[in-house]
Amino acid sequence: MRARPDGGGRVAPATGAASEAMLFDLHFPARADRLKLARAGVMAAARMCGFAEPAARDIVLAVDEACQNVIRHAYGDEAAGDMALTLVRRGGSLVVRLRDFAPTVDRTTIAPRPLGRIVPGGLGTHFIRAIMDRVAYLEPPDGCGNLLEMAKVIPKQENASDELTG
Amino acid sequence: MNSPVSEEPGRVVVRLAGEVDLEHAPGVRRLLLDCVGRGKDMLVDLSRVDYIDSSGIASLIEALQATKARGTGFGLVAVSAQAMRVLELARLDRVFAIHADLAAACRSGT
Repeated sequence: MRARPDGGGRVAPATGAASEAMLFDLHFPARADRLKLARAGVMAAARMCGFAEPAARDIVLAVDEACQNVIRHAYGDEAAGDMALTLVRRGGSLVVRLRDFAPTVDRTTIAPRPLGRIVPGGLGTHFIRAIMDRVAYLEPPDGCGNLLEMAKVIPKQENASDELTG
Repeated sequence: MNSPVSEEPGRVVVRLAGEVDLEHAPGVRRLLLDCVGRGKDMLVDLSRVDYIDSSGIASLIEALQATKARGTGFGLVAVSAQAMRVLELARLDRVFAIHADLAAACRSGT
């Protein structure tokens, strides 16, 4: 796993977007045994932004589930690839970008299962949408792979510190 | 992750601990289904689970369904705050029988 604290994220903010304060940028193998490391980073970043612990734990779950989707569905049975996880603070929100380099996923097939159906699986997408305030697939800069962007608004009280604003 | 199993008359108790995540969920799934195969009511203690995700929850659902198919009981015991939050997000807190502790589970007959 390579940390890139220099702000050299692989996915630049869209032109005209609010300025960003880089929290961290990790490039790591899309493997289940690496997710613990990513979770630790996300927890630290969320707490640094001022999220209370329960909210930070929720964000960790959402990001973990998104990473799992990359491992299980984007790469699937293919030889494992890499993914890049970038967290920034932008305009009063914590923004998470998750990039993979797998074949482009048909986004119309990505949907949570109805919660009334009690079957194993299909909960990850529901968790992501329930926890995060905004979830969108963006076009990767070079058209390769998949790019998911999620944002969570930092509540006013928690947003009071401007230490990390860009 | 460690998962001690104890057998009592009429029931088997599985104590999960640590992180039940994508890395460890396959092992938890095998363990739970193995315990279902013992043909007893089953209780899963989640008091020492620090983290559980959708893959861990899927293992619990599969075990619940397997016990139903066998006609045995299934319950969760002493669910940690993190695990309860995830169950609530999935609205499964109304699906699983959840007990405050082992004594309460035993009183309820699970």
